[in-house]
Amino acid sequence: MKILTEHIDVPNIDTIDVFMKHGGYSAVKKALKKMTPDEVTEEVKKSGLRGRGGAGFPVGMKWSFLAKPEGVPRYLVCNADESEPGTFKDHYLMWKSPHTLIEGMIVSSFALGANTSYIYVRGELMYVINILEKAIQEAYDKGLLGKNILGSGYDLDLFVQPGGGAYICGEETALLESLEGKRGNPRNKPPFPAVKGLWQCPTVVNNVESISATSWIVNNGGDAYAAIGVGRSTGTKLISASGHIKKPGVYEIPLGITVEDFIYSDEWCGGIRDGHKLKAVVAGGSSVPILPAELILTTAAGEKRLMTYESLSDGGFATGTMLGSGGFVVMDETACIVHNTLTFAKFYHHESCGQCSPCREGTGWMDKVLNRIEHGQGRKEDIDLLVDVAKKIEGNTICPLGDAASWPVAAAIRHFRDEFEWHIEHPELATKPGAVFMREGASWTK
Amino acid sequence: MSKIVFPAETLELVKKIIARYPEGKQKSALLPILHLAQAEWKWCSPEVMDYVASLLSIAPIEVYEVASFYTMFHLEPVGEHVIEYCRTGPCCLMGGVEVYDHLKKRLKINTGETTKDGKFTIKEVECLAACGWGPVFQIREKYYMHLTKEKVDEIIDELSK
Repeated sequence: MKILTEHIDVPNIDTIDVFMKHGGYSAVKKALKKMTPDEVTEEVKKSGLRGRGGAGFPVGMKWSFLAKPEGVPRYLVCNADESEPGTFKDHYLMWKSPHTLIEGMIVSSFALGANTSYIYVRGELMYVINILEKAIQEAYDKGLLGKNILGSGYDLDLFVQPGGGAYICGEETALLESLEGKRGNPRNKPPFPAVKGLWQCPTVVNNVESISATSWIVNNGGDAYAAIGVGRSTGTKLISASGHIKKPGVYEIPLGITVEDFIYSDEWCGGIRDGHKLKAVVAGGSSVPILPAELILTTAAGEKRLMTYESLSDGGFATGTMLGSGGFVVMDETACIVHNTLTFAKFYHHESCGQCSPCREGTGWMDKVLNRIEHGQGRKEDIDLLVDVAKKIEGNTICPLGDAASWPVAAAIRHFRDEFEWHIEHPELATKPGAVFMREGASWTK
Repeated sequence: MSKIVFPAETLELVKKIIARYPEGKQKSALLPILHLAQAEWKWCSPEVMDYVASLLSIAPIEVYEVASFYTMFHLEPVGEHVIEYCRTGPCCLMGGVEVYDHLKKRLKINTGETTKDGKFTIKEVECLAACGWGPVFQIREKYYMHLTKEKVDEIIDELSK
């Protein structure tokens, strides 16, 4: 079942004529001519679509929080600041099929009553920004953007805004600050963007994938979307698969397939690269807890784990993880967990905006301590120190970057403590190039 | 450096960018215009930033504090080609460390440095959202993916011509 990527490999699908030949922009016609904004919102609510950026908050509910005071403009801002390590699905979708996002932007802006909308794209993707701007111009030329779209009386202007290289701007209030031309420091909430967002006006911020899914929902109805998936994990999800698999890439999966199928089936990742075994997976982007092979394939209760929000988080952080952004990083037995954790810690240290002390100082300390463990200068008490620092960041910051920084460190120690101990106790072995700890009796060392 | 003024066609573009936002909210154009400025002058010198401030009728400090927050803006002179390699986890899993070490050896410079002939600067950056195609680096707008030592040599050879 493909919703977003059905035609993604059609030659020239990035041009509006080819896109329309494959049914593109039919949702705009249907929504603007046959539906009211509230009816569109109602279908999105019924679909059960959840925010695809990582938080998984129901999109329809987020829309219904939007304040609608008379005479005040409302805005839809698309979050295309994709920067969570392991995640490259939005990059892929916008690069290959820009009109999929633009169609979703028109439908969603109509539902929200926004007459000006912005797509905030991470600045490094300047070539994708050029692709989007060309596609937007095509949509204007066809009367799908601008004044009185398709004679419906609805007006919409759509602009692309480049970021400047800052992970924190993926946090929605930091994104709005950035769009206002400021440093990307997250705002205190409340007020939420739905009440005071861009330039203090009511604003909805949604991820690329979430917005892109709304066109299919308009065309086929919320119930049809909700029929795909399992329980509260409805529809399809783009998964960015990377690491030690045979076929890295972006895959659109119906939510609910097993993790085992996703890793080993030829339809998806195609299995672990030849001659190697699965050791661990970071299932939803760098911030979610890493799990060792046995816990990613089956829950602690012994059930097959599914690619759903609920199944991946089964067992809480003790034995589970999160679907997050769908950044699925696979590691075989050659991967050093200490080194990988260090790269993530460095990332969060670099990307902390510096506003809250626990995050600004804590990410620096985790980076430093992990760095000395990696380089053979670890101390016995360092492991507990890391756990302690992680705990003191979590929940103590304005935005979720603090949590995102603390979880990967805490989880790596939770599930691979022996690997950290080995680094500290045997620095002469651990610092040899390519050296990796082999846990006795583990499924990946047999 | 000659007097800092955008060419006429860029000034037209600046006007168009400012028109994307409601009246009085022209500061929103800061990031897009800093990108244009960096494309024009290679790096964001204080003079360039002062010029950008004047275009937007904002105080120079408002530009400095923004340019210094975002990784993409170079606050020091850089070489003709700025190679920004992704050093985050997934690229490292795919052999990034060896490839980037090779790049540094080949150019005989470290991260953050520029070759003596002013041709190349190497910068270390965080995740470039191309994890499935790693190791990855970026030179201006172009992504170079699935890097190997051999590929790095080819790219450097090509750019050295």
